[in-house]
Amino acid sequence: MAAVTPLLLLLLLSSAPSFSSGSRNAYNINGRVKIPQGLGLGTKGYALPGRMSNVKVLLNGGQNITFLRPDGYFSFHNIPAGTHLIEVSAIGYFFSPVRVDVSARTPGKVQAALTENRKGLSELVLEPLREEQYYEIREPFSIMSLLKSPMGLMVGFMLAVAFLMPKLVENMDLEEMRRAQEEMRSQGVPSLSSLLPGGAMN
Amino acid sequence: MAIRSFLILFILFFFSSLNPILSLYEDQVGLVDWHQQYLGKVKQAVFHTHKTGRKRVVVSTEENVVASLDLRQGEIFWRHVLGSNDVIDGIDIALGKYVITLSSGGSILRAWNLPDGQMVWESSLRGPKHSKSLFLVRTNLKIEKDNIVIIFSNGRLNAVSCMDGEVLWEKDFEGESLKVQQVIQPPGSNLIYVVGFASSSLFEMYQINALNGELLKHESAAFSGGFLGEVSPVFSETVVALDSTGLILLTISFQNGKISFHQMPISNLVKDSFGPAKIIPSSVTGIFAIKMNAVTIVIRVKDESKLEVVEKTNHETSISDALSISEGQQAFALVQHASHEIHLRVKLAHNWDDNLLKESVKMDQHRGLVHKVYINNYIRTDKSYGFRALIVMEDHSLLLLQQGEIVWSREDGLASIIDVTTSELPVERDGVSVAKVEHNLFEWLKGHMLKLKGTLMLASPQDIAAIQSMRLKNSEKSKMTRDHNGFRKLLIVLTRAGKLFALHTGDGHIVWSHLLQSLQKSKVCQHPIGLNLYKWQVPHHHAMDENPSVLVIGKCGPSSDAPGALSFVDTYTGKELSSLSLVHSVAQVIPLPYTDSTEQCLHLLIDADKHAHLYPKTPEAISIFEREFSNIYWYSVEDDNGIIKGHALRGKCTGEVADEVCFETRELWSIVFPSESEKIIAAVTRKLNEVVHTQAKVIADQEVMYKYISRNLLFVATVALKGSVEIGSVTPEESWLVAYLIDTVTGRILHQVTHHGSQGPVHAVFSENWVVYHYFNLKAHRYEMSVIEIYDQSRADNKDVWKLVLGKHNLTSPISLYSRPDVITKSQSYFFTHSVKAIAVTSTTKGITSKQLLIGTIGDQVLALDKRFLDPRRTVNPTQAEKEEGIIPLIDSLPIIPQSYVTHALRVEGLRGIITVPAKLESTTLVFAHGVDLFFTQLAPSRTYDSLTDDFNYALLLITIVALLAAIFVTWTLSERKELQENWR
Repeated sequence: MAAVTPLLLLLLLSSAPSFSSGSRNAYNINGRVKIPQGLGLGTKGYALPGRMSNVKVLLNGGQNITFLRPDGYFSFHNIPAGTHLIEVSAIGYFFSPVRVDVSARTPGKVQAALTENRKGLSELVLEPLREEQYYEIREPFSIMSLLKSPMGLMVGFMLAVAFLMPKLVENMDLEEMRRAQEEMRSQGVPSLSSLLPGGAMN
Repeated sequence: MAIRSFLILFILFFFSSLNPILSLYEDQVGLVDWHQQYLGKVKQAVFHTHKTGRKRVVVSTEENVVASLDLRQGEIFWRHVLGSNDVIDGIDIALGKYVITLSSGGSILRAWNLPDGQMVWESSLRGPKHSKSLFLVRTNLKIEKDNIVIIFSNGRLNAVSCMDGEVLWEKDFEGESLKVQQVIQPPGSNLIYVVGFASSSLFEMYQINALNGELLKHESAAFSGGFLGEVSPVFSETVVALDSTGLILLTISFQNGKISFHQMPISNLVKDSFGPAKIIPSSVTGIFAIKMNAVTIVIRVKDESKLEVVEKTNHETSISDALSISEGQQAFALVQHASHEIHLRVKLAHNWDDNLLKESVKMDQHRGLVHKVYINNYIRTDKSYGFRALIVMEDHSLLLLQQGEIVWSREDGLASIIDVTTSELPVERDGVSVAKVEHNLFEWLKGHMLKLKGTLMLASPQDIAAIQSMRLKNSEKSKMTRDHNGFRKLLIVLTRAGKLFALHTGDGHIVWSHLLQSLQKSKVCQHPIGLNLYKWQVPHHHAMDENPSVLVIGKCGPSSDAPGALSFVDTYTGKELSSLSLVHSVAQVIPLPYTDSTEQCLHLLIDADKHAHLYPKTPEAISIFEREFSNIYWYSVEDDNGIIKGHALRGKCTGEVADEVCFETRELWSIVFPSESEKIIAAVTRKLNEVVHTQAKVIADQEVMYKYISRNLLFVATVALKGSVEIGSVTPEESWLVAYLIDTVTGRILHQVTHHGSQGPVHAVFSENWVVYHYFNLKAHRYEMSVIEIYDQSRADNKDVWKLVLGKHNLTSPISLYSRPDVITKSQSYFFTHSVKAIAVTSTTKGITSKQLLIGTIGDQVLALDKRFLDPRRTVNPTQAEKEEGIIPLIDSLPIIPQSYVTHALRVEGLRGIITVPAKLESTTLVFAHGVDLFFTQLAPSRTYDSLTDDFNYALLLITIVALLAAIFVTWTLSERKELQENWR
């Protein structure tokens, strides 16, 4: 079904030497774009038929542009022999460009390969390599994300200092503790801030 | 030590939470970006209003767009942009459900489903020779429920089935010099007439059976006077033509296969006739029009050969095609332009004297003349006929008139933008602000309550929708004054129609539009072409009260020595301050980096004879210019001859052009590429206004590299002559691509690299000290992107700190381009998946923010790619030090991350250019992409590090502060209690 078929009429005529160079070796490239239905993530607002009608197939960087028929088939007409590049532009899908060899020696045979992963194709059926998600997914509300935010970290750090530091101070040597307290008293600093230098001494 | 490691951990944790790629949530769409869809100038329109349901009009445009529009509002139902060389020749509606388009010089026929725009079938038509194509669709000829379309193209007549596009029969017209002029199908018969001229004085007529293509009759007759131009069919078996002098009207009738000529000198019809006439073809039975100079004459044909002038007018007139309203009755519309109004008349074809409809519509002067008119009828409630008219104006806009009013209008001129520049908005002062004062207090409170609910995740779906619409409608962003961050600006765009638009960057609305006088068709200037837009006056410090203005440069006609035309337009009001018709041509424009006391920028215009002309023509400008006389250099690229030349000024003009502001130039150097092996396909230089923050680049292990930054670097790409054709027709052995870096002052080639087995097209972007270019690698059969970075080696020994401290460095030594630069280059290549239409780079005010490449892909999307991916210092296994510096391990291809498409799920159909403008906020850059569609967004390549983002969680900040305060009080009381206990102990 998918084949590079030279036009019969032109093939017969191509032996005539006087044929104009523009339309000698003119071939048709026929292929099919297949977007698996199951691939969809169920994204809202995207109906598959609407997507299909906006798919473009481009030959050699936009030299020829064609569109898909309802069944996904496409064709390029009057293409000279050579090695061509077919690209598929479809919003929401990533397609690899395909190199297609059209030659007069092997009419009707497809020589196509994906350029991204060098995979050969036995017939010109193009499928997306992956789906493209253009938007970040908003994470649902969670305690972790709240704690991870700078604000959460600030609160966490403060709580750690306020409740864990005194615990550390408690485990200190009684001797040391008294010395520290005396030091503090001699300095006469407010009792709240005195906790911090105590922490720093660790 | 423990604290230090804790801090490092903390910082790492903090940074890992920042996503390195630019991304967008779905609910942020439309907050800072906007997208507008256009069509281009309408070439043909077909109405579809017969059936019940949605009334539509299908149009084809000069931008190769075929689209279906809602007739009520002018909205697009569906739209397809065909390839740039797939020009649409004709459209029609067949079977009431398919839109049929003929394109590519009559060789591709496609059918689209009318409701949703899905392509149904496509067929390729070919013919024996290349010729002008005609198109004809018939709905009255039926073969088993199927309609056939008759297409004449490339010397062959085809009958195609509307159901599946199958060619039913074909007939070649191989006559050596036969030029087919018309294909006529008389209504209600199975005949087709093909009429044309052969060998300038022979009239040929073929009669063909429409059902099977059988040739029934072939007649020809000679007319000694010869023929000129087109023919207009007046009856099904009569056409009107002009003789070769354009002075005699010929009525040619071929009834029953007998050709007869009837001559009528125009001077007999019109007394004061002058000069040769031109036929304006129309499809109205019995009526045609001719045009002599500016006079339009409508002529009625009575029984075969009697001609009668029914109207003669000086006003611009357009005539619509015939519309059959009932059995045997044809109506047509006539639109005439009279200063501020247009007069629309609808008449019956056989009854000139009565009007079915006569309306006058006030028309904005800045829409220009009416170029085309299409009519459609509807039945009023009182069973009489009503008419609506779709008109295409000179500025390419599309309007629907009904009952003497403009129902809707579309600014489709914006689909063909030639050049873009920006302008600042006025500073906010008393009385300057245009936006209305915010809504009342209650609304304000309600809004904030909703927002709070949203952040606390308490909002219902309706609330979320309300919040979303509130965010989108934020009145701040479309205010008409300058903002602190520099996000609000005016985009000034010049369209192909010669109209200047100012678009607001906030929401894309049109602030003003102006049809430029200098780019209007006039007696002296027959084919004006807009070329460029430049900033003319950018007032900032001492000329604050002046309004900024732009300079529009155009020329009359496509030839290189056509005289130029200048316009100066105020960007606040959109008024044309002045316009000039130049005596010299404009080959090149050089904006000079000097301004005069009123902050007008000096511009040097180079004409085709290599004279330089300075603007503005004031003595002050001349004195500034003469001071800098010896510092002005420029280059020119002649891609046809493969020559790049460097120029400088020599002295004042001598000879007949005794103009104060005219200067002679001299050629400094030239580089000639061998024409048999190399062809210039790209020449790119740095943007003139680009800011570079630092010359030095600190690399791993504390080394410093100095960027070679020069405004005079030019990147040129040449390909082998065979490689300059399309992909697919060359083998890797016979094609190569050479990239050059050329100093444009001295003409020295600083760097040269050959890519064997590669070919164009080349798209390149030059910024700071690097150039990135995109080309096709034939060996791998993939696209490739290469980067070249250029570093200054002469300053490489300045890395010693002691030298800097003791002043023994050469950083302050003068840099001259005449001294041989000691540069080194680094380069690397990567595969890139897509074809590319345009490449740009982000630009910021100070140039501190890292850069992103903006790549317009073949799918009409814009991809942002971090410059770090194109760093020649990437290696497969970067060392620890290099990793810390941010070097990404090398892989063979560049990544395409879907979230970094700046156009997200949208397409900028027919993408042509990407423009970046720095905002005042260093982290942010404004991006405008234009093609058939327009797209605008703000980008922050390294995220907005200098301001809080829009989704900053204020509620969380408040909660944190409250929590911290509460904790302070709690710990305070706790500690006091503890102290008390301590004291009691």
